[in-house]
Amino acid sequence: MTPPVEEITGPAAIDPGVDDVVANSARNRQNTPPNDQTMVINMGPQHPSTHGVLRLVVEVDGETVVAMAPDIGYLHTGIEKTCEAKFYQQVVPLTDRIDYLCPMTNNLAYCLAVEKLLGLEIPERAQYLRVLFNELTRIQSHLVWLGTHAMDIGALTVFLYCFREREDLLRIFEAVAGQRMMTSYVRIGGLSVEPPRDIYEKIRTFLKNFPAHVDEYEGLLQTNPIWMNRLKGVGYLSPEDAIALGVTGPPLRASGIDFDVRRDMPYSGYEKFQFNVPVSNIGDVWARYIVRMQEFRESVKICLQALDGLPEGHIMADAPKIILPNREQMKTQMESLIHHFKIVTEGFGVPAGEATSSVEAPHGMMNYYVVSDGTAKPYRVHMRNPGFATLQALETMCKGRLLADVVAVIGSIDIVLGEIDR
Amino acid sequence: MYDPTSAIKGKQAVFAALPENAAVKAFAELATDAKFDRAELTLTVAREDIIAAGRAAQQAGYNFLEDVTAVDWYPSEPRFQITYHILSHSLKERVRLVVRLDSNAASLDSITSIWPSANFYEREVFDLFGVHFGGHPNLRRIMMPEDWKGHPLRKDYPVEGYR
Repeated sequence: MTPPVEEITGPAAIDPGVDDVVANSARNRQNTPPNDQTMVINMGPQHPSTHGVLRLVVEVDGETVVAMAPDIGYLHTGIEKTCEAKFYQQVVPLTDRIDYLCPMTNNLAYCLAVEKLLGLEIPERAQYLRVLFNELTRIQSHLVWLGTHAMDIGALTVFLYCFREREDLLRIFEAVAGQRMMTSYVRIGGLSVEPPRDIYEKIRTFLKNFPAHVDEYEGLLQTNPIWMNRLKGVGYLSPEDAIALGVTGPPLRASGIDFDVRRDMPYSGYEKFQFNVPVSNIGDVWARYIVRMQEFRESVKICLQALDGLPEGHIMADAPKIILPNREQMKTQMESLIHHFKIVTEGFGVPAGEATSSVEAPHGMMNYYVVSDGTAKPYRVHMRNPGFATLQALETMCKGRLLADVVAVIGSIDIVLGEIDR
Repeated sequence: MYDPTSAIKGKQAVFAALPENAAVKAFAELATDAKFDRAELTLTVAREDIIAAGRAAQQAGYNFLEDVTAVDWYPSEPRFQITYHILSHSLKERVRLVVRLDSNAASLDSITSIWPSANFYEREVFDLFGVHFGGHPNLRRIMMPEDWKGHPLRKDYPVEGYR
Protein backbone atom coordinates (compact mmCIF):
# COMPACT_ATOMS: atom_id res chain seq x y z
CA MET A 1 0.00 0.00 0.00
CA THR A 2 1.23 3.46 -0.72
CA PRO A 3 0.16 6.51 1.23
CA PRO A 4 -2.25 8.94 -0.40
CA VAL A 5 -0.35 11.92 -1.71
CA GLU A 6 -1.92 15.03 -0.34
CA GLU A 7 -1.61 18.54 -1.52
CA ILE A 8 -0.66 20.67 1.43
CA THR A 9 -2.43 23.96 0.97
CA GLY A 10 -3.02 27.01 3.04
CA PRO A 11 -0.67 28.76 5.40
CA ALA A 12 1.27 25.60 6.17
CA ALA A 13 2.72 25.45 2.70
CA ILE A 14 5.87 27.22 3.83
CA ASP A 15 8.83 25.39 2.37
CA PRO A 16 8.61 21.94 4.04
CA GLY A 17 12.28 21.29 3.43
CA VAL A 18 13.45 24.13 5.60
CA ASP A 19 15.25 22.88 8.65
CA ASP A 20 16.15 26.24 10.05
CA VAL A 21 14.13 26.16 13.23
CA VAL A 22 15.34 29.57 14.23
CA ALA A 23 13.76 30.98 11.08
CA ASN A 24 10.50 30.83 12.98
CA SER A 25 11.81 31.89 16.35
CA ALA A 26 10.77 34.85 18.40
CA ARG A 27 13.23 37.21 16.75
CA ASN A 28 11.73 36.59 13.34
CA ARG A 29 8.21 36.88 14.61
CA GLN A 30 9.06 40.35 15.83
CA ASN A 31 10.60 41.14 12.42
CA THR A 32 13.94 42.19 13.85
CA PRO A 33 16.54 42.09 11.10
CA PRO A 34 19.12 39.31 11.37
CA ASN A 35 22.30 40.33 13.03
CA ASP A 36 25.68 39.48 11.51
CA GLN A 37 27.12 38.93 14.94
CA THR A 38 24.90 36.03 15.94
CA MET A 39 25.63 32.37 15.47
CA VAL A 40 23.26 29.41 15.39
CA ILE A 41 24.35 26.38 17.36
CA ASN A 42 22.82 23.00 17.76
CA MET A 43 22.38 21.55 21.23
CA GLY A 44 21.39 17.91 21.27
CA PRO A 45 19.63 15.66 20.34
CA GLN A 46 22.33 13.64 22.09
CA HIS A 47 23.41 16.01 24.80
CA PRO A 48 23.71 14.84 28.41
CA SER A 49 21.97 17.88 29.84
CA THR A 50 18.84 17.64 27.69
CA HIS A 51 17.53 14.64 29.68
CA GLY A 52 16.67 12.61 26.63
CA VAL A 53 16.64 13.29 22.93
CA LEU A 54 15.76 16.96 22.82
CA ARG A 55 17.28 19.13 20.14
CA LEU A 56 17.59 22.82 20.81
CA VAL A 57 18.52 25.23 18.05
CA VAL A 58 20.00 28.19 19.84
CA GLU A 59 20.94 31.50 18.32
CA VAL A 60 23.64 33.18 20.37
CA ASP A 61 25.25 36.57 20.31
CA GLY A 62 28.59 35.88 21.92
CA GLU A 63 27.43 33.76 24.82
CA THR A 64 24.03 35.40 25.20
CA VAL A 65 20.95 33.54 23.97
CA VAL A 66 19.03 35.60 21.42
CA ALA A 67 16.52 33.02 20.24
CA MET A 68 15.85 29.38 20.77
CA ALA A 69 13.59 26.74 19.33
CA PRO A 70 13.09 23.24 20.69
CA ASP A 71 12.87 20.50 18.07
CA ILE A 72 11.09 17.40 19.35
CA GLY A 73 9.67 14.16 18.01
CA TYR A 74 12.75 11.95 18.17
CA LEU A 75 11.00 9.58 20.60
CA HIS A 76 7.61 9.64 18.90
CA THR A 77 6.28 6.09 18.89
CA GLY A 78 2.61 6.78 18.14
CA ILE A 79 1.32 5.55 21.50
CA GLU A 80 -2.01 7.35 20.95
CA LYS A 81 -2.51 5.43 17.70
CA THR A 82 -1.51 2.14 19.35
CA CYS A 83 -4.08 2.72 22.11
CA GLU A 84 -6.85 2.75 19.51
CA ALA A 85 -5.95 -0.81 18.50
CA LYS A 86 -5.98 -2.26 22.03
CA PHE A 87 -8.70 -3.24 24.49
CA TYR A 88 -9.27 -0.79 27.32
CA GLN A 89 -7.38 -2.95 29.84
CA GLN A 90 -4.47 -3.44 27.43
CA VAL A 91 -3.79 0.29 27.30
CA VAL A 92 -2.63 0.38 30.95
CA PRO A 93 0.88 -1.01 30.23
CA LEU A 94 1.27 1.50 27.39
CA THR A 95 0.68 4.39 29.77
CA ASP A 96 3.65 3.29 31.90
CA ARG A 97 5.93 3.83 28.97
CA ILE A 98 4.94 7.43 28.34
CA ASP A 99 6.51 8.95 31.41
CA TYR A 100 8.84 6.34 32.81
CA LEU A 101 9.53 8.36 35.95
CA CYS A 102 5.94 8.36 37.14
CA PRO A 103 4.28 5.19 35.79
CA MET A 104 1.70 5.00 38.58
CA THR A 105 0.51 8.54 37.92
CA ASN A 106 0.00 7.72 34.25
CA ASN A 107 -1.84 4.51 35.12
CA LEU A 108 -4.04 6.44 37.52
CA ALA A 109 -4.87 9.23 35.09
CA TYR A 110 -5.88 6.76 32.38
CA CYS A 111 -7.89 4.57 34.77
CA LEU A 112 -9.72 7.59 36.21
CA ALA A 113 -10.85 8.59 32.72
CA VAL A 114 -12.09 5.09 31.86
CA GLU A 115 -13.74 4.72 35.27
CA LYS A 116 -15.53 8.00 34.63
CA LEU A 117 -16.77 6.65 31.30
CA LEU A 118 -17.94 3.46 32.99
CA GLY A 119 -19.29 5.15 36.11
CA LEU A 120 -17.37 2.76 38.38
CA GLU A 121 -17.20 3.27 42.14
CA ILE A 122 -13.72 2.55 43.50
CA PRO A 123 -13.42 1.04 47.02
CA GLU A 124 -11.90 3.34 49.60
CA ARG A 125 -8.97 1.05 50.32
CA ALA A 126 -7.95 1.17 46.66
CA GLN A 127 -8.23 4.97 46.68
CA TYR A 128 -5.96 5.26 49.72
CA LEU A 129 -3.40 2.91 48.20
CA ARG A 130 -3.53 4.86 44.94
CA VAL A 131 -2.79 8.06 46.83
CA LEU A 132 0.01 6.38 48.80
CA PHE A 133 1.78 5.04 45.73
CA ASN A 134 1.23 8.21 43.75
CA GLU A 135 2.98 10.21 46.42
CA LEU A 136 5.83 7.70 46.60
CA THR A 137 6.09 8.03 42.82
CA ARG A 138 6.27 11.80 43.21
CA ILE A 139 9.15 11.44 45.67
CA GLN A 140 10.88 9.01 43.31
CA SER A 141 10.46 11.32 40.32
CA HIS A 142 11.63 14.39 42.24
CA LEU A 143 14.70 12.43 43.38
CA VAL A 144 15.67 11.81 39.76
CA TRP A 145 15.04 15.49 39.02
CA LEU A 146 17.20 16.66 41.92
CA GLY A 147 20.02 14.25 41.15
CA THR A 148 20.24 15.04 37.44
CA HIS A 149 19.65 18.77 37.94
CA ALA A 150 22.49 18.95 40.44
CA MET A 151 24.71 16.83 38.21
CA ASP A 152 24.11 19.15 35.24
CA ILE A 153 25.29 22.05 37.32
CA GLY A 154 28.31 20.20 38.61
CA ALA A 155 27.28 19.00 42.07
CA LEU A 156 27.94 15.35 41.36
CA THR A 157 27.63 13.98 44.89
CA VAL A 158 23.92 14.68 45.28
CA PHE A 159 23.15 12.40 42.35
CA LEU A 160 24.58 9.40 44.20
CA TYR A 161 22.63 10.14 47.37
CA CYS A 162 19.36 10.70 45.46
CA PHE A 163 19.69 7.41 43.65
CA ARG A 164 20.42 5.64 46.94
CA GLU A 165 16.97 6.67 48.24
CA ARG A 166 15.36 6.04 44.87
CA GLU A 167 16.62 2.46 45.03
CA ASP A 168 14.70 1.96 48.31
CA LEU A 169 11.54 3.19 46.60
CA LEU A 170 12.04 1.04 43.53
CA ARG A 171 12.44 -1.99 45.80
CA ILE A 172 9.11 -1.09 47.42
CA PHE A 173 7.48 -0.82 43.98
CA GLU A 174 8.97 -4.16 43.01
CA ALA A 175 7.57 -5.83 46.13
CA VAL A 176 4.14 -4.32 45.49
CA ALA A 177 3.72 -4.52 41.73
CA GLY A 178 6.40 -7.01 40.67
CA GLN A 179 8.19 -4.39 38.58
CA ARG A 180 10.60 -1.62 39.42
CA MET A 181 9.63 0.89 36.76
CA MET A 182 6.85 -0.26 34.42
CA THR A 183 4.53 -1.07 37.29
CA SER A 184 1.06 -1.22 35.63
CA TYR A 185 -0.17 -1.39 39.21
CA VAL A 186 -3.28 0.76 38.95
CA ARG A 187 -5.95 -1.02 36.92
CA ILE A 188 -9.40 -0.08 35.70
CA GLY A 189 -11.58 -0.57 38.79
CA GLY A 190 -8.84 -0.65 41.42
CA LEU A 191 -5.40 -2.16 41.79
CA SER A 192 -3.80 -5.27 40.37
CA VAL A 193 -2.84 -7.04 43.62
CA GLU A 194 -3.07 -6.57 47.38
CA PRO A 195 0.33 -5.29 48.62
CA PRO A 196 2.30 -7.78 50.76
CA ARG A 197 1.63 -7.50 54.50
CA ASP A 198 5.15 -6.51 55.48
CA ILE A 199 5.40 -3.65 52.96
CA TYR A 200 3.71 -1.08 55.19
CA GLU A 201 6.48 -1.34 57.78
CA LYS A 202 9.09 -0.88 55.04
CA ILE A 203 7.30 2.20 53.74
CA ARG A 204 7.09 3.61 57.27
CA THR A 205 10.81 3.08 57.77
CA PHE A 206 11.52 4.85 54.50
CA LEU A 207 9.23 7.77 55.38
CA LYS A 208 10.80 8.04 58.86
CA ASN A 209 14.31 8.36 57.44
CA PHE A 210 13.50 10.39 54.35
CA PRO A 211 13.09 13.91 55.86
CA ALA A 212 16.62 13.62 57.24
CA HIS A 213 17.84 12.78 53.74
CA VAL A 214 16.12 15.89 52.36
CA ASP A 215 17.99 17.90 54.99
CA GLU A 216 21.16 16.18 53.81
CA TYR A 217 20.57 17.23 50.17
CA GLU A 218 19.83 20.76 51.26
CA GLY A 219 22.98 20.77 53.37
CA LEU A 220 25.04 19.65 50.42
CA LEU A 221 23.54 22.13 47.97
CA GLN A 222 22.61 25.24 49.86
CA THR A 223 26.03 25.66 51.43
CA ASN A 224 27.55 25.48 47.96
CA PRO A 225 28.08 29.00 46.54
CA ILE A 226 28.34 27.69 42.96
CA TRP A 227 24.92 26.03 43.24
CA MET A 228 23.36 29.19 44.72
CA ASN A 229 24.82 31.47 42.05
CA ARG A 230 23.83 29.19 39.20
CA LEU A 231 20.20 29.10 40.41
CA LYS A 232 19.30 32.48 41.81
CA GLY A 233 17.88 34.99 39.35
CA VAL A 234 18.20 32.57 36.40
CA GLY A 235 15.35 31.65 34.07
CA TYR A 236 12.70 34.06 35.32
CA LEU A 237 9.13 33.29 34.26
CA SER A 238 6.37 35.76 35.11
CA PRO A 239 2.96 34.45 36.23
CA GLU A 240 1.31 35.92 33.10
CA ASP A 241 3.79 34.16 30.82
CA ALA A 242 3.40 30.93 32.77
CA ILE A 243 -0.36 30.90 32.13
CA ALA A 244 -0.06 32.05 28.52
CA LEU A 245 2.50 29.34 27.73
CA GLY A 246 0.61 26.51 29.39
CA VAL A 247 3.03 25.86 32.27
CA THR A 248 1.72 23.62 35.04
CA GLY A 249 2.93 21.95 38.20
CA PRO A 250 5.95 23.08 40.23
CA PRO A 251 7.13 25.67 37.63
CA LEU A 252 3.66 27.29 37.72
CA ARG A 253 3.62 27.39 41.51
CA ALA A 254 7.17 28.75 41.54
CA SER A 255 5.85 31.64 39.43
CA GLY A 256 3.29 32.52 42.07
CA ILE A 257 0.10 30.82 40.81
CA ASP A 258 -1.42 28.86 43.65
CA PHE A 259 -3.01 25.96 41.81
CA ASP A 260 -2.66 22.27 42.55
CA VAL A 261 -5.05 19.71 41.06
CA ARG A 262 -4.82 17.55 44.19
CA ARG A 263 -6.23 20.30 46.36
CA ASP A 264 -8.37 22.32 43.94
CA MET A 265 -10.01 19.61 41.84
CA PRO A 266 -9.51 16.53 44.06
CA TYR A 267 -9.47 13.05 42.56
CA SER A 268 -9.07 9.59 44.11
CA GLY A 269 -9.98 10.86 47.59
CA TYR A 270 -7.35 13.61 47.91
CA GLU A 271 -9.94 15.80 49.62
CA LYS A 272 -9.52 13.67 52.76
CA PHE A 273 -5.84 14.55 53.15
CA GLN A 274 -4.30 17.59 54.80
CA PHE A 275 -1.27 19.06 53.09
CA ASN A 276 0.16 22.39 52.06
CA VAL A 277 0.80 23.49 48.50
CA PRO A 278 4.21 25.19 48.33
CA VAL A 279 4.11 28.41 46.31
CA SER A 280 6.84 30.93 45.60
CA ASN A 281 6.64 34.38 44.03
CA ILE A 282 10.24 34.50 42.83
CA GLY A 283 9.73 32.67 39.53
CA ASP A 284 13.32 31.64 38.83
CA VAL A 285 15.22 28.34 38.85
CA TRP A 286 15.86 28.77 42.57
CA ALA A 287 12.11 29.06 43.28
CA ARG A 288 11.42 25.84 41.35
CA TYR A 289 14.08 24.11 43.42
CA ILE A 290 12.56 25.39 46.68
CA VAL A 291 9.02 24.39 45.65
CA ARG A 292 10.06 20.83 44.80
CA MET A 293 12.10 20.44 47.99
CA GLN A 294 8.99 21.44 49.97
CA GLU A 295 6.93 18.97 47.97
CA PHE A 296 9.19 16.17 49.22
CA ARG A 297 8.10 16.95 52.77
CA GLU A 298 4.42 17.39 51.88
CA SER A 299 4.41 14.06 50.06
CA VAL A 300 5.81 12.37 53.16
CA LYS A 301 2.92 13.89 55.15
CA ILE A 302 0.33 12.56 52.69
CA CYS A 303 1.91 9.09 52.66
CA LEU A 304 1.79 8.91 56.46
CA GLN A 305 -1.86 9.97 56.48
CA ALA A 306 -2.64 7.33 53.88
CA LEU A 307 -0.90 4.65 55.94
CA ASP A 308 -2.61 5.72 59.17
CA GLY A 309 -6.07 5.96 57.66
CA LEU A 310 -5.83 2.93 55.36
CA PRO A 311 -9.25 1.22 55.59
CA GLU A 312 -9.84 -2.52 55.28
CA GLY A 313 -11.80 -3.86 52.34
CA HIS A 314 -11.48 -4.80 48.72
CA ILE A 315 -8.99 -3.32 46.29
CA MET A 316 -11.21 -3.89 43.26
CA ALA A 317 -14.63 -2.51 42.40
CA ASP A 318 -17.59 -4.87 42.34
CA ALA A 319 -18.18 -5.19 38.59
CA PRO A 320 -17.83 -8.81 37.41
CA LYS A 321 -18.23 -7.94 33.73
CA ILE A 322 -15.28 -5.54 33.82
CA ILE A 323 -12.91 -6.82 36.47
CA LEU A 324 -11.18 -10.17 36.21
CA PRO A 325 -12.35 -12.63 38.90
CA ASN A 326 -9.76 -14.00 41.31
CA ARG A 327 -8.22 -17.37 40.47
CA GLU A 328 -10.10 -19.21 43.22
CA GLN A 329 -13.50 -18.06 41.97
CA MET A 330 -12.52 -18.68 38.39
CA LYS A 331 -11.75 -22.32 39.13
CA THR A 332 -14.88 -23.00 41.18
CA GLN A 333 -17.66 -20.90 39.69
CA MET A 334 -19.02 -21.25 36.18
CA GLU A 335 -20.09 -17.60 35.93
CA SER A 336 -16.68 -16.32 36.93
CA LEU A 337 -15.07 -18.54 34.32
CA ILE A 338 -17.39 -17.15 31.63
CA HIS A 339 -16.68 -13.57 32.69
CA HIS A 340 -12.96 -14.23 32.71
CA PHE A 341 -13.10 -15.75 29.24
CA LYS A 342 -15.16 -12.90 27.83
CA ILE A 343 -13.03 -10.11 29.34
CA VAL A 344 -9.80 -11.68 28.11
CA THR A 345 -10.96 -12.56 24.61
CA GLU A 346 -13.28 -9.71 23.70
CA GLY A 347 -12.75 -7.03 26.32
CA PHE A 348 -15.63 -5.07 27.78
CA GLY A 349 -17.80 -2.45 26.15
CA VAL A 350 -17.63 1.08 27.51
CA PRO A 351 -20.69 3.35 27.14
CA ALA A 352 -20.22 5.87 24.36
CA GLY A 353 -19.10 9.35 25.31
CA GLU A 354 -16.01 11.28 26.27
CA ALA A 355 -14.28 11.86 29.57
CA THR A 356 -11.32 13.85 30.79
CA SER A 357 -9.35 13.04 33.90
CA SER A 358 -6.81 15.35 35.43
CA VAL A 359 -4.12 14.49 37.95
CA GLU A 360 -1.20 16.34 39.46
CA ALA A 361 1.80 14.43 38.16
CA PRO A 362 5.30 15.14 39.52
CA HIS A 363 6.03 17.26 36.43
CA GLY A 364 2.71 19.10 36.31
CA MET A 365 -0.89 18.60 35.30
CA MET A 366 -1.52 15.40 33.37
CA ASN A 367 -4.85 14.91 31.60
CA TYR A 368 -6.19 11.91 29.78
CA TYR A 369 -8.98 12.48 27.28
CA VAL A 370 -10.69 9.22 26.33
CA VAL A 371 -13.42 8.99 23.70
CA SER A 372 -15.53 5.86 23.51
CA ASP A 373 -17.81 4.75 20.70
CA GLY A 374 -19.36 1.96 22.76
CA THR A 375 -16.98 -0.81 21.70
CA ALA A 376 -14.25 -2.62 23.67
CA LYS A 377 -11.45 -0.49 22.22
CA PRO A 378 -11.00 3.21 22.92
CA TYR A 379 -11.90 5.34 19.92
CA ARG A 380 -9.36 7.97 20.87
CA VAL A 381 -6.94 8.41 23.77
CA HIS A 382 -5.19 11.71 24.11
CA MET A 383 -2.64 12.53 26.77
CA ARG A 384 -2.06 16.09 27.83
CA ASN A 385 1.42 15.84 29.23
CA PRO A 386 2.93 18.62 31.28
CA GLY A 387 6.37 18.64 29.63
CA PHE A 388 5.02 19.26 26.12
CA ALA A 389 3.54 22.61 27.15
CA THR A 390 6.29 23.58 29.57
CA LEU A 391 8.86 23.20 26.81
CA GLN A 392 7.26 26.16 25.01
CA ALA A 393 8.23 28.40 27.91
CA LEU A 394 11.91 27.50 27.53
CA GLU A 395 12.67 30.33 25.13
CA THR A 396 11.04 32.94 27.38
CA MET A 397 13.09 31.70 30.33
CA CYS A 398 16.41 31.54 28.51
CA LYS A 399 16.33 34.65 26.33
CA GLY A 400 18.93 37.21 27.30
CA ARG A 401 20.76 34.78 29.57
CA LEU A 402 24.04 32.99 29.05
CA LEU A 403 24.21 29.72 27.17
CA ALA A 404 25.30 27.88 30.31
CA ASP A 405 22.07 28.94 32.00
CA VAL A 406 20.07 26.95 29.43
CA VAL A 407 21.31 23.81 31.16
CA ALA A 408 20.10 25.05 34.53
CA VAL A 409 16.70 26.02 33.10
CA ILE A 410 16.16 22.66 31.38
CA GLY A 411 16.94 20.95 34.68
CA SER A 412 14.49 23.16 36.52
CA ILE A 413 11.47 22.42 34.32
CA ASP A 414 12.05 18.67 34.80
CA ILE A 415 11.11 17.30 31.40
CA VAL A 416 10.84 13.69 30.32
CA LEU A 417 11.08 13.35 26.57
CA GLY A 418 9.06 10.14 26.56
CA GLU A 419 5.96 12.04 27.62
CA ILE A 420 6.62 14.95 25.29
CA ASP A 421 7.01 12.87 22.14
CA ARG A 422 4.64 10.04 23.10
CA MET B 1 -22.50 2.11 36.70
CA TYR B 2 -22.99 4.88 34.18
CA ASP B 3 -26.58 5.71 33.41
CA PRO B 4 -26.98 7.10 29.87
CA THR B 5 -30.21 8.86 30.84
CA SER B 6 -28.25 11.07 33.28
CA ALA B 7 -26.71 12.99 30.37
CA ILE B 8 -28.29 16.35 29.56
CA LYS B 9 -28.21 16.95 25.83
CA GLY B 10 -29.15 19.92 23.70
CA LYS B 11 -28.45 23.60 24.15
CA GLN B 12 -31.78 24.51 25.74
CA ALA B 13 -31.77 21.67 28.25
CA VAL B 14 -28.19 22.34 29.38
CA PHE B 15 -28.68 26.08 29.62
CA ALA B 16 -31.85 25.54 31.67
CA ALA B 17 -30.16 23.01 33.97
CA LEU B 18 -26.99 25.04 34.66
CA PRO B 19 -28.04 28.70 34.67
CA GLU B 20 -25.31 29.66 37.18
CA ASN B 21 -22.38 28.15 35.29
CA ALA B 22 -19.92 30.84 34.14
CA ALA B 23 -19.33 29.21 30.76
CA VAL B 24 -23.05 28.78 30.14
CA LYS B 25 -23.59 32.47 30.85
CA ALA B 26 -20.78 33.51 28.53
CA PHE B 27 -21.84 31.24 25.66
CA ALA B 28 -25.52 32.13 25.42
CA GLU B 29 -24.96 33.47 21.91
CA LEU B 30 -21.99 31.46 20.69
CA ALA B 31 -22.91 27.87 21.51
CA THR B 32 -24.71 25.92 18.82
CA ASP B 33 -25.05 22.75 20.88
CA ALA B 34 -24.30 21.69 24.44
CA LYS B 35 -23.94 18.56 26.50
CA PHE B 36 -23.59 17.93 30.22
CA ASP B 37 -22.46 14.36 30.64
CA ARG B 38 -20.48 12.67 33.44
CA ALA B 39 -20.28 16.05 35.23
CA GLU B 40 -18.44 17.57 32.25
CA LEU B 41 -19.69 20.49 30.23
CA THR B 42 -19.18 20.39 26.47
CA LEU B 43 -20.10 23.35 24.29
CA THR B 44 -20.11 23.18 20.52
CA VAL B 45 -19.28 26.35 18.61
CA ALA B 46 -19.29 27.15 14.92
CA ARG B 47 -16.06 27.01 12.97
CA GLU B 48 -16.01 30.77 12.31
CA ASP B 49 -16.58 31.61 15.97
CA ILE B 50 -13.60 29.88 17.56
CA ILE B 51 -11.61 33.05 18.26
CA ALA B 52 -14.69 34.80 19.65
CA ALA B 53 -15.37 31.70 21.74
CA GLY B 54 -11.83 31.68 23.10
CA ARG B 55 -12.10 35.31 24.10
CA ALA B 56 -15.52 34.75 25.68
CA ALA B 57 -14.14 31.86 27.72
CA GLN B 58 -11.16 33.92 28.78
CA GLN B 59 -13.38 36.78 29.90
CA ALA B 60 -15.61 34.39 31.83
CA GLY B 61 -12.61 33.37 33.93
CA TYR B 62 -11.40 30.33 32.01
CA ASN B 63 -7.85 31.58 31.90
CA PHE B 64 -5.80 28.48 31.11
CA LEU B 65 -5.78 26.52 27.85
CA GLU B 66 -5.03 22.91 28.77
CA ASP B 67 -4.87 21.32 25.36
CA VAL B 68 -6.13 21.23 21.80
CA THR B 69 -6.71 17.90 20.20
CA ALA B 70 -8.87 16.24 17.58
CA VAL B 71 -11.00 13.18 17.02
CA ASP B 72 -11.44 11.71 13.54
CA TRP B 73 -14.97 10.39 12.98
CA TYR B 74 -14.18 8.94 9.54
CA PRO B 75 -16.18 7.98 7.48
CA SER B 76 -19.07 10.02 8.92
CA GLU B 77 -19.41 13.75 8.39
CA PRO B 78 -18.57 16.22 9.85
CA ARG B 79 -15.35 14.29 10.01
CA PHE B 80 -13.09 16.16 12.45
CA GLN B 81 -13.91 17.14 15.98
CA ILE B 82 -11.44 19.69 17.35
CA THR B 83 -11.55 19.65 21.13
CA TYR B 84 -10.31 22.45 23.37
CA HIS B 85 -10.01 21.96 27.12
CA ILE B 86 -10.03 25.24 29.00
CA LEU B 87 -9.50 25.43 32.74
CA SER B 88 -10.27 28.17 35.20
CA HIS B 89 -7.77 28.53 38.03
CA SER B 90 -10.19 30.65 40.06
CA LEU B 91 -13.44 28.74 39.44
CA LYS B 92 -11.61 25.40 39.63
CA GLU B 93 -13.53 23.88 36.77
CA ARG B 94 -13.02 23.23 33.10
CA VAL B 95 -15.08 23.58 29.96
CA ARG B 96 -14.68 21.60 26.76
CA LEU B 97 -15.19 23.47 23.50
CA VAL B 98 -15.83 21.47 20.37
CA VAL B 99 -15.66 22.54 16.73
CA ARG B 100 -16.80 20.14 14.03
CA LEU B 101 -15.21 20.30 10.60
CA ASP B 102 -16.17 18.69 7.32
CA SER B 103 -13.45 16.75 5.54
CA ASN B 104 -13.53 19.12 2.55
CA ALA B 105 -13.00 22.15 4.81
CA ALA B 106 -10.56 20.87 7.42
CA SER B 107 -9.25 24.22 8.56
CA LEU B 108 -10.07 26.82 11.18
CA ASP B 109 -8.53 29.85 12.83
CA SER B 110 -5.64 29.50 15.21
CA ILE B 111 -6.14 30.65 18.79
CA THR B 112 -2.45 31.39 19.37
CA SER B 113 -3.38 35.10 19.55
CA ILE B 114 -5.35 34.35 22.74
CA TRP B 115 -3.16 31.63 24.28
CA PRO B 116 0.38 31.37 22.86
CA SER B 117 0.51 27.85 24.33
CA ALA B 118 -1.80 26.72 21.51
CA ASN B 119 1.27 26.88 19.26
CA PHE B 120 2.52 23.34 19.96
CA TYR B 121 -0.95 21.84 20.41
CA GLU B 122 -2.13 23.09 17.04
CA ARG B 123 1.08 21.97 15.38
CA GLU B 124 0.45 18.51 16.79
CA VAL B 125 -3.12 18.43 15.44
CA PHE B 126 -1.86 19.66 12.06
CA ASP B 127 0.86 17.02 12.01
CA LEU B 128 -1.20 14.02 13.09
CA PHE B 129 -4.63 14.91 11.64
CA GLY B 130 -3.88 17.30 8.78
CA VAL B 131 -6.15 20.07 10.02
CA HIS B 132 -4.97 23.56 9.10
CA PHE B 133 -4.92 26.47 11.51
CA GLY B 134 -5.11 29.85 9.82
CA GLY B 135 -2.91 32.55 11.30
CA HIS B 136 -0.63 30.12 13.11
CA PRO B 137 2.91 31.57 13.37
CA ASN B 138 4.78 28.34 12.66
CA LEU B 139 2.54 25.60 11.32
CA ARG B 140 4.99 22.78 10.65
CA ARG B 141 5.15 19.11 11.58
CA ILE B 142 6.19 18.59 15.18
CA MET B 143 6.22 14.84 15.88
CA MET B 144 6.76 13.27 12.46
CA PRO B 145 9.69 14.01 10.12
CA GLU B 146 9.23 17.02 7.83
CA ASP B 147 8.95 14.88 4.69
CA TRP B 148 6.44 12.41 6.10
CA LYS B 149 3.46 11.55 3.90
CA GLY B 150 0.03 11.31 5.47
CA HIS B 151 -1.36 12.03 8.93
CA PRO B 152 -1.00 9.05 11.29
CA LEU B 153 -3.88 9.65 13.70
CA ARG B 154 -6.46 9.72 10.93
CA LYS B 155 -8.67 6.66 11.04
CA ASP B 156 -7.94 5.76 7.41
CA TYR B 157 -4.21 5.55 8.19
CA PRO B 158 -3.27 1.95 9.08
CA VAL B 159 -2.00 1.28 12.61
CA GLU B 160 1.08 -0.49 11.23
CA GLY B 161 1.76 2.38 8.82
CA TYR B 162 2.31 2.00 5.09
CA ARG B 163 4.73 -0.76 4.19
